[in-house]
Amino acid sequence: MEKDMQLKRKKKVSKDQLTAIAFLLPSIIFIMVFVYGFISWTGYISLSNYNTIVPDFSFAGLKNYLYLFNDFRFRADLRNTLFFTIFFIGAVILLGLALSILLDQKLKGESVFRNIFLFPMALSFIVTGVVWQWLLHPSTGFNKFLDVFGIQPKWYTDTTILAGFKWGSIEFGLPVAIIAVVIAAVWQMTGFSLAMYLAGLRGIGDELREAARMDGATEFQVYMKIILPMLMPITMSVVIIMAHISLKIFDLIYAMTGSGANFVTDVPGLYMFETTFRGNYYANGAAIAIIMLLLVAVFIVPYLWSSRKGER
Amino acid sequence: MKKFFGLFVLLALALVVSACSSDSTSDSPDKSKDKGGGSAEGPVEIFSWWTGAGEEDGLLALIDLFNKLHPEIKVENAAVAGGAGTNAKAVLATRMQGNDPPSTFQVHGGEELNKSWVAADKMAPLNDLYEANGWLDKFPEALIELVSNGDNIYSVPVNVHRGNVMFYNKAVFDEHGIEVPTTLDEFFEVADKLQAAGVVPLALGDKESWEATMIFENVLAAELGRDGYLQLFAGEIDFTDERVVAAAEKFGKILDYVNEDHASRNWQDSAQLVAEGKAAMINMGDWAKGYFVNDLKLVTNQDFGYFAFPDTVGDFAVITDTFGLPKGIENVESTKQFLTVLGSVEGQDAFNPLKGSIPARIDADPSKYDDYGKDTIEDFKTAQLYPSLAHGSAASEGFVTKANQAVNIFVTQRDVKNFVEALQNAAPDM
Repeated sequence: MEKDMQLKRKKKVSKDQLTAIAFLLPSIIFIMVFVYGFISWTGYISLSNYNTIVPDFSFAGLKNYLYLFNDFRFRADLRNTLFFTIFFIGAVILLGLALSILLDQKLKGESVFRNIFLFPMALSFIVTGVVWQWLLHPSTGFNKFLDVFGIQPKWYTDTTILAGFKWGSIEFGLPVAIIAVVIAAVWQMTGFSLAMYLAGLRGIGDELREAARMDGATEFQVYMKIILPMLMPITMSVVIIMAHISLKIFDLIYAMTGSGANFVTDVPGLYMFETTFRGNYYANGAAIAIIMLLLVAVFIVPYLWSSRKGER
Repeated sequence: MKKFFGLFVLLALALVVSACSSDSTSDSPDKSKDKGGGSAEGPVEIFSWWTGAGEEDGLLALIDLFNKLHPEIKVENAAVAGGAGTNAKAVLATRMQGNDPPSTFQVHGGEELNKSWVAADKMAPLNDLYEANGWLDKFPEALIELVSNGDNIYSVPVNVHRGNVMFYNKAVFDEHGIEVPTTLDEFFEVADKLQAAGVVPLALGDKESWEATMIFENVLAAELGRDGYLQLFAGEIDFTDERVVAAAEKFGKILDYVNEDHASRNWQDSAQLVAEGKAAMINMGDWAKGYFVNDLKLVTNQDFGYFAFPDTVGDFAVITDTFGLPKGIENVESTKQFLTVLGSVEGQDAFNPLKGSIPARIDADPSKYDDYGKDTIEDFKTAQLYPSLAHGSAASEGFVTKANQAVNIFVTQRDVKNFVEALQNAAPDM
């Protein structure tokens, strides 16, 4: 009897599932074809000899990947992306957190400040890039003002690599020019992390802070021991979102600096576009695309994994 | 029962998907029929990257002329803006690969045409058009060679730009008592003098790096001579040859005289330095003249002058915009009509004075051109042509991309050995 019931229930669930699958099927098919299908096609192209305008789909193995990892420009791209990502995420988190804590002090005209900080988010990276190109231009912009103090940073035209050591054909270290790009990107994206943190701070009840204060915690301790740990999930989200922006960045750099002298501000996205559509190296371009996908996956997959565990 | 339900859903979906796809394939001929209006064929779609000041005027003048001669054929201007043509080339590549070519498109004569679209078998030969119009002796032989592969001619040149021109600020030259240099040695003397006087001798804006490649290609022509230059890009001379090494060294020496913020400027920004008198000279294609005259309102031979790149006086670095006939288009006849107007004296004289280039034909009317144009038309008749590398005429797009990368690295590192080796490694793609 009981077994029968179980069977019945099982059947009922599977009917629901069937209807659900029927409804999901169109979007599953489209995603399969237009997302995963094309990703696998790109993956296949990256292993082919398709490096001229005339298609050549013969199998080339890892030739294109080996070429890239020995290529001056691609190594420079990896170096630039690494430092850009570190500085960009770091600055966006610190600034966003600091500003949101300041805004959370129940000060007058809070909404005005919030809007001012959020506003750059409304611009596209192209606009930001064009504006900051002139603001940080070595012979105009800020340098006209800095002239008073006798300093003339070269900003994004600086070809110095700080703390550099030889890594194959390139010098590995912090490219000074990338800092100019980080400034522009941080200016644009800080508003986003500010909004995230502000929402997080509003979600932490006053009673928690009160309780901590009653226990004799200083205001500094309240933040270090209570607020910041409770904001951890927000920080995780900000890191994920910023990481995928910085790893795939193209438009800001295309508009602001281009590849830069000696490729000091070049990124994989830019190289992919140029080598594919200017040089007709389709297989090399596809290989760069796959590497970028893997880099983003390094950030996204653990996040998805942990959030899936959380749901269970 | 449930199985049937599932099957039914799958079947329905399959029908929907197949219906969608058959819709989209039957869509395109219908659309082009509708667009054509009265005529049996669709409009002639002219694909280019001419959206800037003078060049767009030239294109529109050409379309006006065509409309007057052929009111029955509609024309569609499908220009794509930005990136000195790179955006347009990306759009073109997708359309060609997807078998949706425009009726005719702008392409630089030389390997940009031959190593890509001709090699991919996407172009139809135009020999009959050349014979019908008697063009074979109206265009210079070297130019026809540039748009031919074997015996087949694949496109019609509409204009010619010169790449080995130096523009200079006359006031600056007069102030420092400087004579126009004709050899590289004289150039270095002049540059030393200017630098000592606190003027930037040579303006450079290599944000996109082809600007520096242009200087290098002219130094190559100066050092190897025009014939050596041609042999180099035919693969008969190695890039590790001592003459190429010498050229790279001289190129490096020239780079000692450029403005410090070159990496932040594009060519217009660097031409501005010359216009403002902050720099004395700039090596740029003669579209810079259009920029000086139309945008900055300077007067030729009064505010700025020009001379051939040192040591290339009898030579002419040729950059030619051409239009061809892609395979697989429907309106072949009306497109051929357009190409006929494009290659005619009237067509070239309508387009070029506005664009600031010279006609590709040798029998165009010089009186329609300004002083610079007249001079250049004269030079073009007698000079020896060599195709530009930076603009895709001397080598394939792939090699140009790699050469630009090598130049970009060289501008900072000045490592001659690495530079020629990088070029030599890229040579198989040439």
